[in-house]
Amino acid sequence: MSAILKKFKRSKSANSIWRQPLAVVGIVIILTWTILAVFAPWIAPYDPNAQDADKFLTPSAQHWMGTDELNRDIWSRIIYGARISLPYSLLLVFLSATLGSIIGAISGYAGGKVDSFLMRVTDVFFAFPGIVLAMAVAAALGPQIRNAVIAVTIVAWPVYARLVRGLILNAKQNDYVTASALLGSSALRTMVVDLRPNLSGPVFVLASLEVGNALLLLSGLSFLGLGAQPPAAEWGSMVSMGAVNFDRWWVGLFPGLAILTAVLAFNFIGDSLRDALDPRTAKALRD
Amino acid sequence: MRPVSGERKTRKRPLSGTGFAPFIIRRLLTSIILVFGVTFIAFSITQLVPGDPVAANLGQSAYSDPEIVAAFEKEFGLDQPVPVQYYKYVTNLLQGDLGVSLSSKRPVAEDLKEYFPATLEIALIAVLLALVVGLLLGIISAVTRDRLADQIIRVFSLTGVSMPAFWTALTAFYIFFFVLGWAPGTGRLEPGGEAPPTVTGLFTIDALIAGDFSTFRQAFSYLLLPAVVLAIYAIGVLTRFTRASMLEILGNDYVRAARAKGLPEFTVIRRHVLRPALLSIITVAGVAFSSLLAGSVLVENVFSWPGLGQYAYRAAVGLDLPGIMGVSMVVATVYITMNLIVDILYRIIDPQMKDSA
Repeated sequence: MSAILKKFKRSKSANSIWRQPLAVVGIVIILTWTILAVFAPWIAPYDPNAQDADKFLTPSAQHWMGTDELNRDIWSRIIYGARISLPYSLLLVFLSATLGSIIGAISGYAGGKVDSFLMRVTDVFFAFPGIVLAMAVAAALGPQIRNAVIAVTIVAWPVYARLVRGLILNAKQNDYVTASALLGSSALRTMVVDLRPNLSGPVFVLASLEVGNALLLLSGLSFLGLGAQPPAAEWGSMVSMGAVNFDRWWVGLFPGLAILTAVLAFNFIGDSLRDALDPRTAKALRD
Repeated sequence: MRPVSGERKTRKRPLSGTGFAPFIIRRLLTSIILVFGVTFIAFSITQLVPGDPVAANLGQSAYSDPEIVAAFEKEFGLDQPVPVQYYKYVTNLLQGDLGVSLSSKRPVAEDLKEYFPATLEIALIAVLLALVVGLLLGIISAVTRDRLADQIIRVFSLTGVSMPAFWTALTAFYIFFFVLGWAPGTGRLEPGGEAPPTVTGLFTIDALIAGDFSTFRQAFSYLLLPAVVLAIYAIGVLTRFTRASMLEILGNDYVRAARAKGLPEFTVIRRHVLRPALLSIITVAGVAFSSLLAGSVLVENVFSWPGLGQYAYRAAVGLDLPGIMGVSMVVATVYITMNLIVDILYRIIDPQMKDSA
């Protein structure tokens, strides 16, 4: 038994993600937040919107993180906040990775004029101040967390487009791609069957590196009042309540720490994933 | 710089040469096209999404009066078809006219002249700080790879890029203003403080030009905290990037050769590792600078810093199209100019590098 175990351990590559302490810390933090989010009704000591306590209670045994301006328990609101921040950041990354990958794939596969047009568009988006555009779109669509996700997706896809285009250009040179085209595969089939396997790894790593940024941008929009709306418990908008009452340190401090730990954990994981993958992928991601 | 041409002279397209002049012309043209691309995308997106700038800028009672609405639309050209609006915007832009802001009712160019220097001032300090600290930490991290110092710096720099700027600003403000009383408060000067005569719009520089040292000290004390908060993210980015690019170079054979011939480690690092790494670090610093301009939105909000970020926020919330376009143009132009400068620097420092764009 132990022999098998040993063999199994040895067979894992030396730089497997589980050998990296930071990655383990990151996974543990995200798992904790996930459990808190899923079981929020059972874990949270109070209803996140109940206004039963007193205003601005300092942290105590009854209210671990104190209460806010509207007499609500901050720790309970943070637990419920995980239900907004985490899934929406993941959704945001999924949407922008999909959009960016499709544009990058078309660009790299079609080549020529289509390619140079799409890449110029990508350049323009890179030059664009993301948060300004996101603010404008979020304001125009109406302040809602769903609209904030759309707004950030519109500014976040170009990194994926550039990455995927580069990967496709590289993969296209393989003989099996030419062979598949000669056998009469359609463009779509070539892309999905022959080219896609070259993409998933790097795109996944980039996406994992971007989750933290997505969470930062989304909570930033909420902080400005352009994302989740009251009374929803969302970390960014909770910090903004702390900004109004900055002399009550606990109101803004704890929701901010929640954002920091979640973003940090995602970055630990993303960083370790990149290091654990082969150097080629790491290089493609850096270029 | 002597043009390096010759081997590819047979090409027919006039701008496709590898010489220095065609390179610059080509890059300039691309940059100008990019700036117009930015106006086009900003314009289309703000038109595509629903949202009524008239409703956002007129009061409830004025909005219910069709005559006032019509007058407002006429004044700002909102009654014209969208392509006409865009055409007008671009032709005006070519004459340096950025339109009139819907919310401040002033020319956008004037607004920007007032708000941009405030942001430039903190962003410059932030990027300088980030360059010094980020380079230093990155070098230490790379040289002590996988040892304790490296681990600490890695966690530190990852934390830097993971901190929500608005929260960092708030926490710093609480500690340094409310608890310690070291920071002076919000804004650029104390209430009622008189701004130095405008030359650059940067209060510190203008105060120095006017020889007014007390205003200089005051302006500097007000900008220090927002600048440091703004710098934290950039420090994280630059530390990580410096470490990565140095590690990549450390693996090269010529570094082994330099060590093998007995050069002191300090010389190896300085001459054979840091110098080649510097090129790409400059690139990242340039990009970081323009992202600081945009990132200032959240920090300025907390410090009531009357800069571009605050202006952008007000423009966005008020669906003030000329305002949004103006801010986007400024930030995009800085970004594009930075890239242009970096590309030209590359050519000067490393003439071997043929332009690939």
